[in-house]
Amino acid sequence: MMAGLRITQNVERSGEVTFSFDGRAVTGHEGESIAAALAAAGIIELRTAPVDKGGRGMFCAMGVCQECIVLVDGQRTEACRCPVRAGLIVDRVTYG
Amino acid sequence: MADAAETIADIAVIGAGPAGASAAIEAAEIGLSVILFDEQARAGGQVWRARGPAIRSAPSSPESRDGDVLRQRLDASAATRLFRHRVWQIQPETPGWTIFSAGPEGPVSHRVKSVILATGAQERVFPVPGWTLPGVIGLAAATALMKGEMMLPGRRVLVAGAGPLLPYVAHEIHRHGGEVVAIADLNLFGDWLRCLPAMARRPDLALRGAGWLAALRKAGIPYLYGMGVRHISGKCQVEHVEIGPVDAAWSPVDDGDIRRFDVDAVVLGHGLSPAIEATRMLDCRHVYDPAAGGWRVETDAAGRTTIDGIYACGDGAGILGVAAAPLRGRIAARAAAGDLGKTCATGDLQRDLATAGGFGRAMTSLTVPRAGILGQISPDTIVCRCEGLTRADVEAGISGGGVSPNALKSETRCGMGPCGGRFCRETAAMLTAAMTGSDIAEIGLPTGRPPLRPLPVVAVTGDFDYDELPIPAPSPL
Repeated sequence: MMAGLRITQNVERSGEVTFSFDGRAVTGHEGESIAAALAAAGIIELRTAPVDKGGRGMFCAMGVCQECIVLVDGQRTEACRCPVRAGLIVDRVTYG
Repeated sequence: MADAAETIADIAVIGAGPAGASAAIEAAEIGLSVILFDEQARAGGQVWRARGPAIRSAPSSPESRDGDVLRQRLDASAATRLFRHRVWQIQPETPGWTIFSAGPEGPVSHRVKSVILATGAQERVFPVPGWTLPGVIGLAAATALMKGEMMLPGRRVLVAGAGPLLPYVAHEIHRHGGEVVAIADLNLFGDWLRCLPAMARRPDLALRGAGWLAALRKAGIPYLYGMGVRHISGKCQVEHVEIGPVDAAWSPVDDGDIRRFDVDAVVLGHGLSPAIEATRMLDCRHVYDPAAGGWRVETDAAGRTTIDGIYACGDGAGILGVAAAPLRGRIAARAAAGDLGKTCATGDLQRDLATAGGFGRAMTSLTVPRAGILGQISPDTIVCRCEGLTRADVEAGISGGGVSPNALKSETRCGMGPCGGRFCRETAAMLTAAMTGSDIAEIGLPTGRPPLRPLPVVAVTGDFDYDELPIPAPSPL
C-alpha cells in the first residue's frame, strides 16, 4: 500500500474515529480538520463549484478562501477549520 | 440579537500570532486591561501555528519551539484570551470601539478604548491554467497542514512560485518523507544574491535557508530558477504539471525547455500580502506599497493608523516577516498605552526592528509581482475562483467600464464571492492596469464592509426568544 499523507515518524496521534462524508464512512483521528482527514483518506475533491462546475478542494487551509466548504449538520462550514469527531455527518454542499 | 457590550477593557488585540500575542503581553505588562481575540484554538498565528488537537506528541521544530515560548508567555500574562473567536465587526463608539465576535458560546461583543490589529498576512497565488483543481494548494497552506496537522500536501509534489517559502516548504515536505519532484522558482539565482547584504544582518536566518538548499541538493531535488508553472491538469484532481522558463519580467518564454511531471499535488504561491479587510472596513487610509506586499494600511513608525485608537502591527501592516513581528507588536502596544496616558519608551525596540525588518524586506522583495506573470494566465483560465470568471470574462468586464474594483463587481461579480475578492483582487487590478495603462495605486481598493468573514446568521443572532424581541410602536398614521 502506498504511504499515506500523515507524517508518522515520532508522531503520536489521538484515537481514530469514524465520521461520514457524502454518505460514506471515513476514519480519521479525533480533532483533525475534516479537510485533512478526508485528504488522508484519499478524498480531496470536496465540492462542485456552482458556476464553472469544476471540482474544488482545500486551497488556503486557513479559513480564508472558502473553497473547502462542506455541510456539517446542515451548516456551511470550512472543512479546513472544523475538527473531526466520532459520528460527525459531513455532506457535500449543493447549489441551486 | 448580540448582547450590548459586556466588558470594558483598555485594548482589544485582534490576532494572536507573533505580533498580536506580543502586543497583548506587552500591553498587559504595562498595566492595561487587554482582550486578545483569535479564530484559532491556540496562539501562534500561521507561522508559529500550534499543533492541532489530533497531535498528542511530535518532534519539535524551530517554529514549534518559538511558538511554545510565545504560548507559555501568553499563558502567564494577565491578558484575557478569547480563542476560537472570529471577529466580524469593529464598530466605532463614543468613545472607543465595540468588537463583535462569534465564539464557541455564540455571539459576543466587547467595548474597548483602543484596538490593535494584528491580522497577519494572506497568501497571494496568481492564476495558472488548472489552478482550481483539487490538489493545488498554497505554499502557506502547505505549512499550515504540516505544522498543524502533521500532514503532507501530497506524496509527489511540485513546489512552485516565488519567495522564501519555496525552499522552506520543499525542505519540509522532503524532511517529512514526501517526494518533491522539483522546485520551480520564478526568480533567478541572481535575484536571491541581491538579498545577501540584508540576509547577512541576520546570519542565523540566512544559515537556516542555506541548510534547506543544501539538504535539497543532497537529495538530488532539482531547484529550477527562472521557471514557472504553465499548466496543471488531471481528470478530477491534479495528475500532471508542466513548467517552463520565464524571462526577467516573469513572462513565459517559448524556448522549448518544457518539463512535465506526474504529481498528486502542486504547492503554489507568490508571496504574502497584508490582510487589510479590517482596516478597509474601518476606512483607515491605505497605500500601495509593493515592497511590503501590496496594499497596506498607512501607519506611523509606532503602528498608529490614520484613525485615532486604531493601531496595526505585524505582517497585517506590511509584510516584514516573523523576525520583525513581535517587535512591531510590542511597539504598537507601547504606542497605544502612551496614547491612553501611560508612559513607556520605544527606542530600544526600534533599533532591533531595523535589523529584523531589513531581512524581511529583502525576502518580500523576491515576491513583488512582475508584470509578465499575467502571461501565464490564458484567456480561459479562471481568475475569480468563487464566481468562476475567466481572464476573458474579467477583461470583457474591464472593457465594458469595470475599471475600478467596485465597477468591475457590477460588471462581472469578480470579487463578490465567498472569499471576498481575496484571491482575485490583485490579478484583476493588474489586468485593469495593463488594459487601461494606469497604475495599481490609481485603481484603488473595493469598499470594505462587515462581516470580516462569511458567517452563518445564527453566529450573529445567537439564540433568542421571538417574544422577547423589542417591537417598536407603530408609527402614527
